[in-house]
Amino acid sequence: MPSRRRGDELSIRSARPLLLACLLVIAAVAAAVTVTRAGMHPATKAGDGFVLSGRCPPSFELMAGGTCELRDRYQFYDSLQGRGVGGTRTSLPPHRDGFRPQQIDLGRYLFFDPILSGDGTQSCGSCHRPDRGFADGKPRSIGVHGRDAGRAAPTLWNVAFLQSFLWDARASSLEAQAPGPLFSPREMGNEPARLLRSLNDNATYRRLFRQAFPGSGDTITEADVYTALAAFQTTLISLNSRYDRYAHGYAAALNEREIAGLNVFRSFVARCAECHTPPLFTNGQVAVIGAPEPAGHPFDVGAEKTFDAIKLRGGFKVPTLRNIARTAPYMHSGAFGTLRETVAFYNKGRGNAVPPGETLYLHWHISSPDLTATELGLLVDFLQTLTDEAFTPEIPQRVPSGLPPLDNPKESRT
Amino acid sequence: MNKIVKTVLAIAAIAAAFAGGAYLGRASKSDMVITSSAGGAEYSGGFKAEGEAAEKVKAAANAGSLKSVAGAPGPHSVVVKDGESILQAVKNAEPGTTIRVMPGTYSETVYIDKDNIRIIGVIEAGRRPVLDGKKQLNDAILYSGNNFVVENLEIRNYKGNGVMGQAGNNFEIRNNVIVDTGVYGIFPQLGQNGVVEHNVVSGIADAAIYVGMSDNVHVAHNEVFDSVAGIEIENSRHAIVENNYVHDNSGGLLAFVTPGLPIKTTQDVIFRHNFVVNNNTKNFGAPGSTVAGIPSGTGVLVMAADDVVIEGNVISGNKVAGVIVTDHGHAANITVDPESEPNSDRVRLLDNVMLNNGYETIPEGKALLLAEGKGGKNLDIIRVGPSPGSCIVNRHQYVTAGVGDFGECDFTHTANVSTYLLPPVPPRRSTSASAARSRSSASAAAATSTTAA
Ligand code: HEC
Ligand code: HEC
Repeated sequence: MPSRRRGDELSIRSARPLLLACLLVIAAVAAAVTVTRAGMHPATKAGDGFVLSGRCPPSFELMAGGTCELRDRYQFYDSLQGRGVGGTRTSLPPHRDGFRPQQIDLGRYLFFDPILSGDGTQSCGSCHRPDRGFADGKPRSIGVHGRDAGRAAPTLWNVAFLQSFLWDARASSLEAQAPGPLFSPREMGNEPARLLRSLNDNATYRRLFRQAFPGSGDTITEADVYTALAAFQTTLISLNSRYDRYAHGYAAALNEREIAGLNVFRSFVARCAECHTPPLFTNGQVAVIGAPEPAGHPFDVGAEKTFDAIKLRGGFKVPTLRNIARTAPYMHSGAFGTLRETVAFYNKGRGNAVPPGETLYLHWHISSPDLTATELGLLVDFLQTLTDEAFTPEIPQRVPSGLPPLDNPKESRT
Repeated sequence: MNKIVKTVLAIAAIAAAFAGGAYLGRASKSDMVITSSAGGAEYSGGFKAEGEAAEKVKAAANAGSLKSVAGAPGPHSVVVKDGESILQAVKNAEPGTTIRVMPGTYSETVYIDKDNIRIIGVIEAGRRPVLDGKKQLNDAILYSGNNFVVENLEIRNYKGNGVMGQAGNNFEIRNNVIVDTGVYGIFPQLGQNGVVEHNVVSGIADAAIYVGMSDNVHVAHNEVFDSVAGIEIENSRHAIVENNYVHDNSGGLLAFVTPGLPIKTTQDVIFRHNFVVNNNTKNFGAPGSTVAGIPSGTGVLVMAADDVVIEGNVISGNKVAGVIVTDHGHAANITVDPESEPNSDRVRLLDNVMLNNGYETIPEGKALLLAEGKGGKNLDIIRVGPSPGSCIVNRHQYVTAGVGDFGECDFTHTANVSTYLLPPVPPRRSTSASAARSRSSASAAAATSTTAA
């Protein structure tokens, strides 16, 4: 009898939070000291203690219709054909916003709740960790049951501005991307029915979803889950680095070395800015640059598969370089441990890491720039100026499932 | 070097099957349409700027006065002398400063990240201020500010570009002599509304003048030579290229769509009254670069660009062909982009003077001529790949291949189109305008999220 079984599970689950609560108090004290906080979620405790914030995250304005809209200084500028690529004072590409604060806050709980994974061990935040630039610090992510996910977890900072998602550009919206990790056996290893069952069995989630999606009826749907996750992810805005202050006209925001590094970066010898184009430091395109796989790993065809195009074999989406100093190791395969190694790769000559027997249509801006060692150092210095984590959201101390919000809280809070 | 026209052979075989019938008809006199370009119909397409300020720009252009898009010079002015630094002057300058640079040698990269800066060389008895990169420095002038003007410099021996713009609007690049500055001589990128005129550019490994991802650009009265490409209009809209002397490059004038860039189209380009002469220099483009695929000996090349008008040029002595019209499908060395439309739509070949082109054309060109019963002739115009809506005036004057389905053009000149330039475009939107724009994207997102909900 299915209904009884469900009841059993519930009672087991409700026993857990009690036990965990004690541990979490300790964790919370630690977190309060070490985790960056934007102070956006006043947790007025009520009932089960979970209240969705009615306030928009910092940098968002609450509109009359009850939705949050982004405000940033780049909105003062223009860009060619509104594409959001260019130089210093260029507007950003079109972005996603307009979610309700409650949807954003619900998304935050979901993002950090391991209930989303098949065995309750992994949340989105396990691989997209706030303290690691929303990547995970691993060459390739490790999914549930310790499986190699095949590629590195990219940062989620500024995903609001992307038009295509994943290294091989195979998803065209955050909502379309979300089922990927959730139901991949190499990542969170869940199944749609099980996911919905565990959420609908949870009274807190039922209440929170009703609050976030007033028109949506009593049952939690997959679409609501994806919307809430998208709502949260689109609030991860990083646009106030020292570079940005320089770009807006405050020349002293960068020192001489860093400006020299910027000039190497955008020079037509290094050509970094041709693909990692400001202001987002990506032009949103797929490019074949011929980065290596780590030893022992098979060649990754990348976007060839997505577009069924041999010329895009080994092509990957140009990643943003914002917060790049926080997201080592680098490239889709995590092949490079440091920024210096990554930058040196571009200097070793066109096609230097293409495996024997592979024919790749390398991008025309991949050249052999012959940068000096000094220039490589300047580039690395410049890349460090793209760090801005001021709007890091608060990691919830507890999540409605009662599970620990990050799979390894101790490590993640160092 | 034959990559771009690589699969012509296959097409030639197909063409051969049709050739007989099609060309019997064409040979008869009644099919020959002779059009006089004197006083014919004017161009009704192209960019139309509106408003009083735009009319003034047009009137000024018609009167032949300097094309000013950067607005009036600002109130400040400083002088930089030999031994001093132009960059230091830029750093110290308030927006609205004119920096006069005296003759001398300056070995530096000058970057301009603020608005309304003019760098004006002072030429004394033929002596210019020289920026010398000594083959050690990357770029000479790198600007991202708006309303930037650079004039009268001599720029040599850089490794990257001579003058490079990154998103500055309303730029004027004028009267500069640029020699061997690496990849590009003059390269405004991602900007709107700019003038590139009266420059002499040579010895460039890619394009001497490269308008990349920019709108409303006027390229006039330049001399470009000894480079791989003369003047290239790429992923750009509303460009007029006129009265230039384009000689001794591998390819003369190019209108391209390069796939894989964030701006996807090239549209509305006028190539008129240029001299496109003897572009037979060996192609020394870097391996993998787009221009490396241009056959040395190409006068004008249109690839995947739409609405290109070719009018009143003197195109002579280009050994492969005077004009090549092609698509992405025939270019082996470029990537694919599902968002880029691969064909050259609506190419308009008005009257041009074509002399002595195609005398040593590539084998594929010969094959296509043969297939059309014109074996052994010198090729003026060749088209490979679809080019819907294209037209040609007085086709009987040229040796052509592949233009059998081009119609007659419904206009004979573009004299009514003096410029696509605009009054200075505002570098910044007003807050309310940007708020409105951000709202529109917000409502799109909101719509998605409600649907999803
Ligand atoms: C097992 C580790 C892991 C987990 C758990 C995980 N991700 Fe990811 N994430 C990755 C990896 C690896 C990629 C890149 C995969 C690829 O490109 O093929 C990725 C890519 C993404 C991207 C694309 C970013 C971009 O720039 O294209 C988004 C968005 C994303 N994840 C969101 C989520 C969300 C939301 C969750 C929870 C539902 C989640 N991830 C859970 C590892 C993980
Ligand atoms: C032709 C386009 C192109 C150019 C030019 C280019 N990149 Fe990249 N960059 C990419 C792509 C694509 C990737 C991802 C490749 C992969 O994962 O295999 C990447 C990855 C990176 C990464 C790692 C990002 C991450 O999150 O792991 C860094 C750092 C980087 N590039 C810096 C640079 C610098 C510095 C330059 C100039 C020397 C440069 N790039 C030039 C396209 C480009």
